[in-house]
Amino acid sequence: MIVLKWLFLTISPCDAAEPWQLGSQDAATPIMQGIIDLHHDIFFFLILILVFVLWILVRALWHFHYKENAIPQRIVHGTTIEILRTIFPSLISMFIAIPSFALLYSMDEVVVDPAITIKAIGHQWYWTYEYSDYNSSDEQSLTFDSYMIPEEDLELGQSRLLEVDNRVVVPAKTHLRIIVTSADVPHSWAVPSSGVKCDAVPGRLNQISILVQREGVYYGQCSEICGTNHAFTPIVVEAVPRKDYGSRVSNQLIPQTGEA
Amino acid sequence: MHQYHLEKAVEDKSKSPEVTSEEAPAATEEARANEENTSEEVAEETPDEIKLETAPADFRFPTTNQTRHCFTRYIEYHRCVAAKGDEAPECDKFSKFYRSLCPGEWVDRWNEQRENGTFPGPL
Repeated sequence: MIVLKWLFLTISPCDAAEPWQLGSQDAATPIMQGIIDLHHDIFFFLILILVFVLWILVRALWHFHYKENAIPQRIVHGTTIEILRTIFPSLISMFIAIPSFALLYSMDEVVVDPAITIKAIGHQWYWTYEYSDYNSSDEQSLTFDSYMIPEEDLELGQSRLLEVDNRVVVPAKTHLRIIVTSADVPHSWAVPSSGVKCDAVPGRLNQISILVQREGVYYGQCSEICGTNHAFTPIVVEAVPRKDYGSRVSNQLIPQTGEA
Repeated sequence: MHQYHLEKAVEDKSKSPEVTSEEAPAATEEARANEENTSEEVAEETPDEIKLETAPADFRFPTTNQTRHCFTRYIEYHRCVAAKGDEAPECDKFSKFYRSLCPGEWVDRWNEQRENGTFPGPL
């Protein structure tokens, strides 16, 4: 395993998919933390059921082998066991369903008013981002396209098929509203470490609210088959401290207003 | 005494024309938070440091689908302008809201449709 790690992880990507990865990426938002926790909760029951079923199965095969026991017992009714095998599975599915629904509905809930709105618009085959909270007219808006960096232009340390030319810069520890839509065919805006995957449907605005808890660079990919370059439509979110975000946006806005 | 002053200040703010009763608590809180932020940063940053502010969550549109939220805010703005005149300051917030929510392409198309008189919404 260590050899494998040395082979594949010479450069460790921070919040991107890794070779031979089995689990989730590290959580960057409370939603993702909730998803990981739910996964572990459910896995507890899953293992429990797996072990129990295997035990029953092996035991039945063992004890009722045709050489061992040619005529099995002919029990057709047992009230106790029927009550037990009705109540226990329903309890288990309740224990799984309740936290699952709690998480599902809390993910959609907008708890507080978001501080910024970012629009992610899917195109064949790139994402366009609009920051228009600071506009004073319909024309001016902080809009840019985010294209994948082709393999031959990659610099050392950049991830193949994941790096983009313009990252989405967001403030960390701030409630964000992301409006996801598409201009042509359906796409899907997904960032695994944020626990977000939202379909981009033309003519419809889907809202997701996230709170990135730590600064970092988070990688994701288009997750709805959208044409030939579907695999080359990555998403990169860069979470920076709130202060840096403010100065970055005002720096980008000043030249724009200067021109106009 | 201190408490009283604070409440007074909040009251005054909520009376200002931009803030309606609907979002008064959130808006004043944010305004206060922003004051704190900017007062620290003004010294080192440019004076026109941006305020982190956007369209608030609207209880009429509690679901993931926000298409109508954008459309409604656009209509609200144009109704407001129609009722109160082009430069009415109370319409500014609606314009900020719809610009935050609607993709620029949609707004351009709707503006065109309004000019041609083919806008489908109730203006």
